[in-house]
Amino acid sequence: MEQDIQIKITDREGITHEVLAPTDMAMNLMEVVRSYELAPEGTIGICGGMAMCASCQCYVISDHELPEMQDDEEAMLSEAFYVEDNSRLGCQIQITPELEGLEVELAPES
Amino acid sequence: MIKTDILIIGAGPTGLFTVFEAGLLKLKCHLIDALPQPGGQCSEIYPKKPIYDIPAYPEILAGDLTDKLLEQCKQFEPGFTLGERADTIEKQEDGTFIVTTNKGTKHQAPVVAIAGGLGSFEPRKPLIDNLGDYEDKGVEYIIKNPEFYTDKTVVIAGGGDSALDWSIYLSAIAKEVTLIHRRNEFRGHLDSVEKVQELKDQGKINLITPAEVIGVEGNGKVEAVVVKHGANTFKKECDHFVPLFGLSPKLGPIANWGLEIEKNAIKVNNALDYQTNIPGIFAIGDVNTYPGKLKLILCGFHEATLMCQSAYQIINPGKRYVMKYTTVAGVDGFDGTRKEAPKAVVKKIE
Repeated sequence: MEQDIQIKITDREGITHEVLAPTDMAMNLMEVVRSYELAPEGTIGICGGMAMCASCQCYVISDHELPEMQDDEEAMLSEAFYVEDNSRLGCQIQITPELEGLEVELAPES
Repeated sequence: MIKTDILIIGAGPTGLFTVFEAGLLKLKCHLIDALPQPGGQCSEIYPKKPIYDIPAYPEILAGDLTDKLLEQCKQFEPGFTLGERADTIEKQEDGTFIVTTNKGTKHQAPVVAIAGGLGSFEPRKPLIDNLGDYEDKGVEYIIKNPEFYTDKTVVIAGGGDSALDWSIYLSAIAKEVTLIHRRNEFRGHLDSVEKVQELKDQGKINLITPAEVIGVEGNGKVEAVVVKHGANTFKKECDHFVPLFGLSPKLGPIANWGLEIEKNAIKVNNALDYQTNIPGIFAIGDVNTYPGKLKLILCGFHEATLMCQSAYQIINPGKRYVMKYTTVAGVDGFDGTRKEAPKAVVKKIE
C-alpha cells in the first residue's frame, strides 16, 4: 500500500524487525511498536502516549529529520534513565511518509 | 482484620465504580491501593489531562472523573487501605480469602476483585550502583513523613512537581535543602517553579543545575552524594538523598498469586464474568486480558458491573435477584441516604 512506510525497529533483545507502518492512521512510533508487539504489553506506552513516562524511549539510528522536540518531551527525557544524544520518545514521533526507512532501537526498560 | 464482601485491589476508576455496582446489590467493598490517594493512574499520572471517551462526558479531566466516581460511590461507604501494596493472598477453609499488604494489614473477603491497572506504582530508581545499599539508610524514594527531615541536610534529585513541591516544603523545616536536576528547566506548576526560584534567591534552597547525582557515599548510612556538574565532579555532604523520578507501574506480587498471566495481564473468562482461573478471584479493567480486550476505562466499568452479579451469587448462594434499574428502584446508601426519581405528577385538569 502506498500509505505504508518501511521502518527498522531493534527490540530490547537486540533483534531487528522490518515492519510496515501506515501513515494515514495518526499513529506514532510507540503505537507501531505495540501494534507489532515488539515489546511486552505493560512495558511500553504506559502513560498512553502523553510524554509522561518515557517507557517508549528509543534511540534514532538513521539520520532522518524528525519533528522537533517539544518542551514536554525534552522535560521527560531529562528525568529518564539510559538517555543518549539520539534519544527520543516514540510516542512523540508521528508516522509520516518522510520517515520511510527510519531505523530505531528501543531503550532498555526502566 | 478488615472484613468485607468484595475486596478490591486497586482504587482506580474501575475499582471505584465496582463499589457503586456492588452497593446496588447490597455488597460492601474495601479497596487497597499502593498509592496514597484513590484514582489510580488518573490521579497519579494525568489528573489535569482531559478524557474524551467517557460516555456522556464529551470532555472530563482525569482528576475530575476520580472525584465524580468517589462522589457516586460515597453512599456505599467503601473502606480504604491506601499507601499499602497487596502482597499475599491465602484461601481459607471456609472459601474466603485473606489478603495481606506489605505493611501487614490483613483483609478478609469471600470475593476478591483485582482492578490493579498496570500494577502497583513503584518509584523509578536512578541508575546508581550502590543505591540499594542505602535504601532506608538515608535514601528514600517517597517522602512519607516530612517531619522526619527536620534539621537534616537533604539532597533532592528530579525535575518534576514532586521534586519541586518537596524542596519547597522541606526548605522550611530541614537544615539545608539542595535540589539537583539534569536541566535548568523544570516541569511543574508555574507557581511551584516560581516559588523555588524565590527560595533560591533567598538562599533557602541550594539549586544545582544542570547536574546529576552519580554516586552515594557513607558508612552504614548516607553521608554524601557525588554530583556531576558539567565537567566538575564533587561531593555534597548530606543526611538524606531523595531521588524523585516519578513512579512506574509493576504487576508485582500479584504475578505470584497462582493466576494465569499473559502479556503482563491476568487471563479471565470474558464470556461470563471476568473470573480468573481461581474461583472467587476476578480481574477487571486494564489488569485483565481476553480475546479482543481493550484497555479503556469504559470497558472497565462494564466488566465491574458483570463481575458484581457473579460476586452476589458467590456471597449469597441460591438467593434470588433480578437486576433493577436505578431510575425505577432508586439507590439506597449504606449511610441511610436514599436517592429516587420524583414521582410522576397525576392531577386532574378541570
